[in-house]
Amino acid sequence: MNKYLFYPGCSMESSGKAYGDSIRAIVEPLDLNFEEIDDWNCCGATEYLGINLIPAYSLIARNLALAAKQMNGTHTVVAPCSACYLNLAKADYYMQERPTLGERVNEALAAGDLQYKPGTLDVRHLIDILVYDVGLETIRSKVVRPLHGLKVVPYMGCMLPRPDYQHRWSDHEHPTELDDLLRALGADVIDYPLTTECCGGHMTQIGPETAFELIRRLIADADERGAHLMATVCPMCQMNIDAYQNETNHYFGTHYHMPVLFFTQLMGLAFGKEPDELGIGLELVSSRNALANIGIEVPVTQEPAGPHKKYEGLPMPRRWTKHEGKEAVK
Amino acid sequence: MPHMTDERVRAGLAREEDLSLLHEVSMKTAGVSHLEMCIQCGTCGGSCPVAQAMDHTPRMLFAMLRAGMRDEVLRSNTMWLCVSCYHCVVRCPQEVHIADVMYTLKSMAIQAKLYTDSTAPDFSQTFIDMIKMFGRSYEMGLASRHYLRHFPLRLPGMMPMGYGMLTKGRMSMMPKKIKHMDQLKKIMARAKQLELTS
Repeated sequence: MNKYLFYPGCSMESSGKAYGDSIRAIVEPLDLNFEEIDDWNCCGATEYLGINLIPAYSLIARNLALAAKQMNGTHTVVAPCSACYLNLAKADYYMQERPTLGERVNEALAAGDLQYKPGTLDVRHLIDILVYDVGLETIRSKVVRPLHGLKVVPYMGCMLPRPDYQHRWSDHEHPTELDDLLRALGADVIDYPLTTECCGGHMTQIGPETAFELIRRLIADADERGAHLMATVCPMCQMNIDAYQNETNHYFGTHYHMPVLFFTQLMGLAFGKEPDELGIGLELVSSRNALANIGIEVPVTQEPAGPHKKYEGLPMPRRWTKHEGKEAVK
Repeated sequence: MPHMTDERVRAGLAREEDLSLLHEVSMKTAGVSHLEMCIQCGTCGGSCPVAQAMDHTPRMLFAMLRAGMRDEVLRSNTMWLCVSCYHCVVRCPQEVHIADVMYTLKSMAIQAKLYTDSTAPDFSQTFIDMIKMFGRSYEMGLASRHYLRHFPLRLPGMMPMGYGMLTKGRMSMMPKKIKHMDQLKKIMARAKQLELTS
């Protein structure tokens, strides 16, 4: 059994719950042992770095120090969230590149009886482990329900393949790891030139117009290419494209319906797991119709009614039914 | 770097105080920023997905840094629009840590109180306040405080999304808290002291 230290990140328990659920469902068939880092804290996302330097890196480094204490047969930390992965990897790298930063951070950690020697751990993203440690052959061998006929665009997002100081990816702008993995599941992978374009990150909160344009580009292109759904590796990307799709549509007067699932949910489906075990149905833009294309039935969940629905035709009295919301959006 | 400074100042190519801004930003940036190596090629702005909304492209901002235009740089909206996608970073021929320089400029603008739009710094501060309280991010608290303060008019349109996130268990009413908050607080307090003295 392959053991790894696991840093889930905050979103795995909230907005990215489906990611957490589906990861739990696939570790066992792949013979992976993910040991959670005890008492890990938030990595600060991209917020702390813009306020203070030493506190931001100390917050990140507490996790590295805790992980290093827990090393037992492995020195690899796995993070499924791109922002967490980048923060942990970058802290480790910069503490070496600028030794004075490393010293300061260690001085701060010492106040909590902790310390971290940069370079002790290998910080890697979940998909890196799956493609390069587990291997596509093994993944292919576990597939019992190939996703033939499911048209998927692979969306890697920006913070995973860049800046990549540790040179882990096939390319910084067009990495193919996610394409290869989805192909191993039997899916019809569509070439997606925007695969590492940004989803807007925190701009949905602070500069919505900027973010909506970035989200529009992504879903419009996926839609034009005939995708049934998008597959992502990052909870922030999933959240922006899924939860803000309604607002984006409203802003531009468009009617896109582009579901976005975590790649681990698709792995689970291919491994024969049931949709509800994989958190399918937790997305706000339902993947129900997309998955029906390959004969997978997802239990009905109620979608939130869009607040600004546009009606076609003459204004007539309407009788609302439970599922009307979905038809109208589509 | 001081050696280079002296030479350029001696040759009459730059004023001491101008170079000190560039040096200050470089020293406050995580890792080795390579900021002094910028050749003004403009690859950064050309690669940026949000450059059209910036009042100065990153290239221009770096030229202004070099020219010692402290207030103009810190008042710019450039760093606040940066989405940290690192496109410019991997394309920069001089390996300037551009995204990290943007973080430095944000923190300097906050300290100098030279930002015009308060939304972004306030969002970051609220996010950090939650972490300092609980050790984990707390989306419900963050979103409600942020939207009430800055986007009250967006709230009605966001109700369905908030409702969906809550009913699907994707947002929790209650924050999660780590076990050793005391330890985290000690580390953060010491880090803050070190930041002020360095």
